[in-house]
Amino acid sequence: MHVPDGFLDAPTSIATGAVAVAAIGVALRGARRELDDKAAPMAGLVATFVFAAQMLNFPVGAGTSGHLLGGALAAVLVGPWTAMLCLSVVLLVQSLLFADGGVTALGTNVVLMGVVGVLAGWLVFRALQAVLPKKQALVAPLAAVAAYLSVPITALAFVGLYAVGGTAPIPLDTLTTAMLGWHLVIGLGEAAITGLVVASIVTVRPDLVHGARRVLADRVVEIRTPVARTSA
Amino acid sequence: MGAGHGHRLHYHGHSPVHRAEPHHKLLALVGFVLLVVATPGDAYPFFAGYLAVLAAVVARSGVPPSYLLKRTVVELPFVVFALIVPFVSRGPQTEVWGVTVSEPGLVAAGALLMKGTLGVLASLLLAATTEPHDVVRGLERLRMPAPLVQILSFMVRYLDVVGDEMGRMRTALASRGFTARNPRHWPVIARSAGALFIRSYERGERVHLAMLSRGHAPGERA
Repeated sequence: MHVPDGFLDAPTSIATGAVAVAAIGVALRGARRELDDKAAPMAGLVATFVFAAQMLNFPVGAGTSGHLLGGALAAVLVGPWTAMLCLSVVLLVQSLLFADGGVTALGTNVVLMGVVGVLAGWLVFRALQAVLPKKQALVAPLAAVAAYLSVPITALAFVGLYAVGGTAPIPLDTLTTAMLGWHLVIGLGEAAITGLVVASIVTVRPDLVHGARRVLADRVVEIRTPVARTSA
Repeated sequence: MGAGHGHRLHYHGHSPVHRAEPHHKLLALVGFVLLVVATPGDAYPFFAGYLAVLAAVVARSGVPPSYLLKRTVVELPFVVFALIVPFVSRGPQTEVWGVTVSEPGLVAAGALLMKGTLGVLASLLLAATTEPHDVVRGLERLRMPAPLVQILSFMVRYLDVVGDEMGRMRTALASRGFTARNPRHWPVIARSAGALFIRSYERGERVHLAMLSRGHAPGERA
């Protein structure tokens, strides 16, 4: 999934690096709002969670398995800015400590998975939440739809970058069809996993799910006073 | 596909490569890979030269080449892609072993493989010769913003803690006879991921409270 070194040419890689730095700067400011002063330990632990969750294998059958990308999941769980920081840090660690994803492609990977993936997921989620009734039971299905759409949107963003700085002369329409087709399938897995994970958290600790805050805020406390029994 | 990060790459040693300042190594890595990426794809003597330089540094580091080569498997999905490129690219066709492929596509695929492999080998060498907390220190020296350094160091510190927590959940599932075989088992795995999130989040809160109770003022360096 991670773009390696040499996939996009050097100028494009440097340009995406600059975009990634700017995006992380904005995210740092936004995350302070989402997490106030506990930003560092919270974002650090959530990043570790995303990293660990990506290692969970979900068997598809016939010996193959898929795993989570986690952009939309993180956005719904902790809010888009913190999610962007967490995904970026995860990509940095994977690139420097695990050699997954090229160092020169780090900017590209952060822009694609950390920024486009997270923002696309979050915007879809918010847009749906705005038009649909605010129900706690809807948080997980909406997260699933957001996760589904975020995957092909990220793939399209990759095609866009490839059109600018790709190194192999692949016809763009072939690449677009292949990437979209494949990622519409991958998106199904991402949607199912994201929906299931969010559902399991919403039932136990809805207060921890950032995307459920508006739903919880709308809940009214209902105080039922028992009718005083009159003794005969 | 980022699966399979379960192992640490560090290879213990005391070579000059191990002892070099981490921020120098990071700069050298980025410079080297940028140079590789910026080299035209058909300049084969240059790539041979880069490989020779890398081989010399690996030899100096004392990390067995097989240790690094085994771990280049992270590259695999991308190798598959590179192998498809000659078949789907434009340009004049040529015949290789009886199969018609695009000539510029073939050159591009070769370049992708060489650049990608050099990049992975160089990154593996950094990971093998530098402790994770030294990488964080190096990034700090290179003026990475302080909040980001803090998030990163928390992540590096708790990577094994959270990983072990997940391992214990797996053991608990396995000891109750659970084996995931097909998508029908996904809800169970997803529930453990959900539990992992709640535990990680609550651990973050406890860490924050522990920091405050030890006199850490908000906004100060950890």
